[in-house]
Amino acid sequence: MSQQHDSHAYWRATLSLVAKVLVIWALVSYGAGIVFADWLNNFYLGGYPVGFWFAQQGSIFVFIALIFWYRKKMGEIDRRFDVHEDNE
Amino acid sequence: MDLQITTYLIVGATFLLYIGIAIWSRAHSTSDFYVAGGEVGPVVNGMATAADWMSAASFISMAGMIAYMGYGGSLFLMGWTGGYVLLACLLAPYLRKFGKFTVPQFIGDRYYSKTASTIAVVCLLIASITYIIGQMTGVGVAFSRFLGVSSETGIYVGMAIVFAYAVFGGMKGITYTQVAQYVVLIVAYIVPAVFISLALTGNAIPQLGLGSDMKGTDTSLLHKLDQVVTDLGFDQYTTSIPGNKLNLFMYTLSLMIGTAGLPHVIVRFFTVKSVAAARSSAGWSLVFIALLYTTAPAVGAMARMNLHATITPAAMTTGDVFQKDGSLLYEDRPDWMKRWEATGLLKWQDKNGDGRIQYYNDASKNKDFLQKAEEAGWKGNELSVNQDIIVMANPEIALLPDWVIALVAAGGLAAALSTAAGLLMAISSAISHDLIKNVFVPDISERGELLAGKIAMALSIVLAGYLGLNPPGFAAGTVALAFGIAASSLFPAIMMGIFSKKMNKEGAMAGMLAGLLVTLFYVFAHKGIFFIPGTSFVNLIGGPNSFFGISPEAFGAVGAMINFAVAYIVDRVTQSPPAHIQDMVENVRIPRGSKAITGAH
Repeated sequence: MSQQHDSHAYWRATLSLVAKVLVIWALVSYGAGIVFADWLNNFYLGGYPVGFWFAQQGSIFVFIALIFWYRKKMGEIDRRFDVHEDNE
Repeated sequence: MDLQITTYLIVGATFLLYIGIAIWSRAHSTSDFYVAGGEVGPVVNGMATAADWMSAASFISMAGMIAYMGYGGSLFLMGWTGGYVLLACLLAPYLRKFGKFTVPQFIGDRYYSKTASTIAVVCLLIASITYIIGQMTGVGVAFSRFLGVSSETGIYVGMAIVFAYAVFGGMKGITYTQVAQYVVLIVAYIVPAVFISLALTGNAIPQLGLGSDMKGTDTSLLHKLDQVVTDLGFDQYTTSIPGNKLNLFMYTLSLMIGTAGLPHVIVRFFTVKSVAAARSSAGWSLVFIALLYTTAPAVGAMARMNLHATITPAAMTTGDVFQKDGSLLYEDRPDWMKRWEATGLLKWQDKNGDGRIQYYNDASKNKDFLQKAEEAGWKGNELSVNQDIIVMANPEIALLPDWVIALVAAGGLAAALSTAAGLLMAISSAISHDLIKNVFVPDISERGELLAGKIAMALSIVLAGYLGLNPPGFAAGTVALAFGIAASSLFPAIMMGIFSKKMNKEGAMAGMLAGLLVTLFYVFAHKGIFFIPGTSFVNLIGGPNSFFGISPEAFGAVGAMINFAVAYIVDRVTQSPPAHIQDMVENVRIPRGSKAITGAH
């Protein structure tokens, strides 16, 4: 069921998705990798202290997943508001 | 077969490949030249972006920096990857929808002002030219160390190769050679890492090896490394940071914003077919980049471990580094050390005359340690190790076959050449499209512009070569400047152009200039006005890192905040942008109607 072309609602939906992406982006890098790293280092993931792991490995994996998740969700929003590209 | 010949064969074969691609992919139109015809697939573009992005510094220096900085090195890992999240959801899809050739063109059209576009051209040129100096010197260094020719000869050969595919092929030639260069560099990086991880931990995957136990023990590698480095007076590996945590935070943020704002990265997203393709291409770019970036911390930590184990064997066995025969006899040093001593990157000086190599932190904060070192008759650290050795000598330290060493040479060259080509593309299109076509000769024909583009490219290569041959004394400080400028001027201007319909030209220009000037002021205060030695005025601003302990490299994020704030205030007190500009922003925000990229107005 496609809604009428509504640029305000489309942009609101986009911004809310971008906000979610950026919150996770900041939490894994600045949060887990820097601010809370010392505390997280009390826990271990194999031989990795967890804070150190987020800073040197984990945040990068989450970044990749985030971009592909964003792409998928944006595609859904585009189709819902009927603004997707014709060649899709 | 001898190492030198193997290296020549492998490097020669990769060069032939690049030239073959250049012949196959010549540019016939301005669209081919600027954006590879706008028809590159997202995965292919991701690979090319990864090669474009990963420079000589990523390939040769980063693992070494991580080895010495330990946890603090994370700022490069997160900073140089996190920017792709910003690119994917804030910039790339919208700029692709906008559908023009260059970044300054977006700024000029969006802010309906040739002055705004010219400011963007200036920022782009400073950022790209400073960045390219490092690539050209990287080419020279790789040649001289691996191929036994002078650094000058190396730069000339490098210029000739880039000339072949960049001048004739433009973005099209560059894109397809970058794909080949990515494959060469990633194989060259991962093969030695796998062998070293296997040797130390028995796990073939370096990302897992770094979190595993040392082979044959139940002590984890990182725990052992923490112990070894603290025994030698260094800061604990998994927690050491440069400066304070705020600096680490801001440094990482500056690199992320700077990454997203660097024009040679952004233009790569103009080459894909659609808005949706721009989004997935950002994801693929990061997949290919992450292959190297998640391997680098393993290479760094394992190389540091191998180095200490070689020089101070007691650290691994009894744990008493001060015992009489605890450190390596200079006589008994392995062959790779002899080879790297010849290059001057590894130096030993027997300060206490005992014929052994004491390698430790003689500036340790641990008083207890320094006292024990003195009692043991140590008279200061005796070994200096250039951090670049970590990657380049890695295969030798791990006793890998000659073809792996040759491969690392080819990989280092691929990394430097691919980044240089991407930067040259950004520089020459700013000159031929944003200056010649849009400002000086608006009625230039397409053929004329294509020719202008090729001439601008040729001249940029000569300039880059010249700067590579005569690197200004400030070469080391320039990366900070490139990221600082991209973060403080270009990124905020582009982002506000998309996310604020009401942002006007006065606000954008004032913001760009304020961000740029404040960042330049802070960098110049530390490193000299235009990097001229003796002109630094750091004491006038209250000593080094006086702004909350933030180093000049980490200042780009502060510049960006100033840019946003100034733009917002100026925008409030000046006139709203015209209605057609607001419609244009509205249009850029939705994917429908995306077309092939053109340079037309």
